[in-house]
Amino acid sequence: MSCDTALPGAGGLWVLAEHDQGRILPVAFELLGRARQLADRMICPVAAILPGTVDQAGVSALIAAGADEVLTCADPALDNLPEDPCTDLLSHLVRQYEPAVFLIGATHWGRTVAPRVAARVHTGLTADCTMLDIDPKTGLLLQTRPAFGGNLLATIVTERHRPQMATVRPGVLPEPVRDTSRRGRLLPVEPPPLTNRLAELSRLVLPPEQGIAAARVIVSAGRGIMSQKNLALVRSLADLLGGQMGVSRPLVDMGWAPVGCQIGQTGQSVAPDLLIACGISGAIQHIAGLGQARMLVAINTDPEAPIFQFADVQVVADCVPLLRQLVRDLSARRKDGGLGSEAAAP
Amino acid sequence: MRIVVCVKQVPGTNQVYLDPETRSIVREARHAVLNPYDTFAVAWAARLGSQHGWETLALSMGIPAVEKLLRDSLCRGIDRAVLLTDRLFAGADTWATANTLAMAVRKLGGADLVLCGKMAIDGDTAQTGPELAECLGYAVVTDVTDIKEVSRSQVQVSRHTESGVQTLLVRLPAVLTVAKDSCPTRMPSIADLARGASRPLECWSAANLGADPDRIGQRGSPTRVVCTETPPMKKQSRRLEGTLEQQAASLECIIREIVS
Repeated sequence: MSCDTALPGAGGLWVLAEHDQGRILPVAFELLGRARQLADRMICPVAAILPGTVDQAGVSALIAAGADEVLTCADPALDNLPEDPCTDLLSHLVRQYEPAVFLIGATHWGRTVAPRVAARVHTGLTADCTMLDIDPKTGLLLQTRPAFGGNLLATIVTERHRPQMATVRPGVLPEPVRDTSRRGRLLPVEPPPLTNRLAELSRLVLPPEQGIAAARVIVSAGRGIMSQKNLALVRSLADLLGGQMGVSRPLVDMGWAPVGCQIGQTGQSVAPDLLIACGISGAIQHIAGLGQARMLVAINTDPEAPIFQFADVQVVADCVPLLRQLVRDLSARRKDGGLGSEAAAP
Repeated sequence: MRIVVCVKQVPGTNQVYLDPETRSIVREARHAVLNPYDTFAVAWAARLGSQHGWETLALSMGIPAVEKLLRDSLCRGIDRAVLLTDRLFAGADTWATANTLAMAVRKLGGADLVLCGKMAIDGDTAQTGPELAECLGYAVVTDVTDIKEVSRSQVQVSRHTESGVQTLLVRLPAVLTVAKDSCPTRMPSIADLARGASRPLECWSAANLGADPDRIGQRGSPTRVVCTETPPMKKQSRRLEGTLEQQAASLECIIREIVS
């Protein structure tokens, strides 16, 4: 891959710095961290692309997280990241500066704007990657994602079209350690003519769903929980541990739990210290969402369940009576003096 | 005024077979169902079509057996259906799919409103709708939860955002990708079935579309699957043995080490 630095960001790795009213989203830093690692191997620049107005602290944070260049277009019309004008701007910048790679967070916004930019500049896009690497032989971006509704990871390349575009869900990649001694350039760019066919009439901000994305402890349930009423056991254990309840997709599809509780590729990515998976077989899309869990305990009746391959602790058991027993034991101990207190330790 | 609703056949089970050569999904007629999100797009199209007297048309790209799913859409209030079927379409990624669908929409004389499901449950990319909009040069709103106030030039929609719900006025022509449960669906009546059976259903090939073979199917796809593998396993894993009570006790110890 050629690394022509004549133009800002040319031939380099681009990361879209999505922000919410000027507050840069964590996924932008997560992507910058990975882009930095890849760029160091390719000897290419990393550029953060920043539509709208963000203060100096935000720009400095992008540089500290790995950006060599920050391309800003501080047009007030872009401050709320309207999709139509942002698609115009990003497509224009891609055509003008020809980056090799363009990474975008798979937020609601990113999942709409990334395919629009990809289609407008006629290139490939891989959704919801869980791993990004560079092929040492070809220099191509290896974009790995769970695929085919089964237990497979597919690695995808964009051979002839540029840039090689990919989205990654928030929370899938670790946030990099920031290096405030890093130096970078701020490059203001002129917007192309902007269009907007969408007019916002109103915006309703809902309280954030009880965030399983940020939970330290999660007790999650799959089809093996057998009935909706057994979810009360899952919730009880989560409550006893000061954690949150999660579910796999079939339970959301059956209407047993809200979509905000769903862990997996099309739900939330989670990174708890402890995840107890009850009656979850472990479809790869589900596993994709829990890769960052520090300890995974899996409870399943089937000793061959795929989830056991990823678990730190395997319990071959029916999760319903086991949960009942655990809730009983832990509640009793809480009455004795509280979970974790020295007096109650065995 | 015309509404085009794009639908996709997906495997009805998790049992998916891969072609070892192309590493793409082997599409079979058996166990195939309409992508669940698309059922809501069909319901919206039928509802808006009957409310405003607009022509409705269902469009799909797939194997010949997809005719059955399109016939079902005709039984659910859609006026006309077109199936894009040709070996040359096979192995298309989202861009090649969007490009093919866009050619068909243009051959139909364009559309005022294009409706798609928010995503398909086999690929899970949610890319084809927005890419189709770009190929057509139409506006697009994704993850739409409600469609109201439809006029000849614009439509008012609500959609999910990262932080809540947004209501927008969208200029037509536009592509809307719709969320699950955004529109009520119902089983067709006997009269609906009879109506659907008499509705026109056409099949178009790549030649019918005048498609360039380098811009459709696997050949026209910017992305390529280079390898598939089973995910890596955890190296150190221990299994808790014993009776249920013993397992619960061991588990409690592990929990207490982490949660204090």
